[in-house]
Amino acid sequence: MKLDTSPRLADPDAIFARLVEAHLGLDEAASRRLDARLVLILANHVGDEAVLRQAIALARDPAPPNARR
Amino acid sequence: MPHANPRYPATPPPASGRDHRRVVVVGGGLVGLTLALDLARHGVAVTLLDEEDSVATGSRAICFAKRTLEIYGRLGLGEKLLARGVTWKTGRVFHQDRQVYAFDLLPEEGHRYPAFVNIQQYHVEAWLVEACAEAGVDLRWRHQVTGLAADADGVTLTVTTPSGAYALRADWLLACDGARSFIRRSLGLPLHGQVFQDRFLIADVVIRGEVAFPAERWFWFDPPFHPGQSVLLHKQPDELWRIDFQLGAEADPESEQQPERVRARVAAMLGPDVPFELEWVSLYTFRCRRLDRFVQGRVVLAGDSAHQVSPFGARGGNGGVQDADNLAWKLAAILRGEAGPALLASYEAERIAAAEENILHSTRATDFISPKTPAARAYRDAVLELAEGHAFARALVNSGRLSRPAVLADSPLNAADDGTWPGGAETGSPAPDAPVRHQGRPDWLLRHLGGEFALLVFDAVWTPVPGLRAVFVTAEETPGTLWDHSGLAAARYGAPPGGAVLIRPDQHIAARFAAPRPGAIRAALARALGQMEHAA
Repeated sequence: MKLDTSPRLADPDAIFARLVEAHLGLDEAASRRLDARLVLILANHVGDEAVLRQAIALARDPAPPNARR
Repeated sequence: MPHANPRYPATPPPASGRDHRRVVVVGGGLVGLTLALDLARHGVAVTLLDEEDSVATGSRAICFAKRTLEIYGRLGLGEKLLARGVTWKTGRVFHQDRQVYAFDLLPEEGHRYPAFVNIQQYHVEAWLVEACAEAGVDLRWRHQVTGLAADADGVTLTVTTPSGAYALRADWLLACDGARSFIRRSLGLPLHGQVFQDRFLIADVVIRGEVAFPAERWFWFDPPFHPGQSVLLHKQPDELWRIDFQLGAEADPESEQQPERVRARVAAMLGPDVPFELEWVSLYTFRCRRLDRFVQGRVVLAGDSAHQVSPFGARGGNGGVQDADNLAWKLAAILRGEAGPALLASYEAERIAAAEENILHSTRATDFISPKTPAARAYRDAVLELAEGHAFARALVNSGRLSRPAVLADSPLNAADDGTWPGGAETGSPAPDAPVRHQGRPDWLLRHLGGEFALLVFDAVWTPVPGLRAVFVTAEETPGTLWDHSGLAAARYGAPPGGAVLIRPDQHIAARFAAPRPGAIRAALARALGQMEHAA
């Protein structure tokens, strides 16, 4: 399956705020673990290794294709 | 009273100062002894050199996996391991002060051997020495290889003994001389892979009387009694417990081995009121790496001399025993003139694939147990935090993926099915065991396969290929057959009535025939002996 990068969030500002709020009061290490837990939960929800590989590659290199050197 | 190893008398060197043997095994450890015994059982005259005069110091490889037990079953030692060892199949994983989950390694009934038996390596080696002596292996104690010159037809060794040195010519040299192999270093063969910095401490502890732990594998991440590190616990026979403490990369190898320091760590774990004795202490680091080639002309490398893994998953000893199991019948066939270099090349192809699998799993387990970066640690801890409540995260916990038999799926010796085979064990896998009844008595299928090629025939009794032993398995009680009263044999092989399975001498499946015909069976047999030109 192909990674879907089209805009899919009905209320993007709210999701952004939820993600940031989730880290409130956490120190650096705890914050990092929260992100890791979140990634693992979502990775399991996605379930498709090919999609996850594409997502990891995109996260590693978020620049648009025509901006790459 | 600590365990006392047997001592074997030093073997005098040949008076002439020279000697010539067909097959020489160097290294009388688990792998060398197993290989020598298996070769002797195949009728090969074997000489085994060991630089010491005894078996392993310390318990070392204690976890003997089902496949290894089946190999020792074939060699006549399986029942001994079963009777003397501690059978276990449950593992528990703890994070800090809570159990995260438990797993069962062999949830299925109807196997002669369990998932694992724990027993000290020195006990198994001592039995192997006895069995080798009975089988006529020429055992030479305190014979150390100190020089080596290899050529196209063999190897000339300089062997040093307490009574002087001699020159030993070997047509075939089997290097089972361990991780620091002299043979490998003499040949200048580099190992490729990873070296890990983390130090680990093994303590073999005798605890008498009541013990709070069952015969299970317990693994702790970050326990209160050893914060920030991992601990692994295993039961052995003789009231002996193996405790493996992760110490980290900064640990000082000198002071960490001092008995009072080790005792303090053990006491922190067991509690202040549990009396114990230290039997063996060892500090180690490990590597996950292998040679590019396991066959170098007339030198064949097996076990730790060829590949090394971390201990998590019990893949070192079990991998090495499977090397021996794979090599012995092939070299025997070559020496009998029934096979050529292609069969030896298949040892390398099959066992490199197996070593790769062992290295992959043991490297991943090591990376989980000792994370190298803050990100790796965050993911590891995140998995552990989720695992208690959520099954998906339990699958991600890696405290060692325990040794599984190698499935030789891509082996050049395998033949394609002759038609549609309904399922069951695939070609290349070890032959599954199953309960059967033989002459009215309960028995096991694997006991009847033996150590030569065999054709397992389901629900038919017919004259197979001359010279190829047939083992008949029938759904109804029939004279001269194994009665598959539970149907498990047919189910595990996925065998249709009238189907047949060609089993190699190492009890791996070489071919499956839904409609067996002598021509196809002969072709598969030739292919399994590496005679590809006959196996179009």
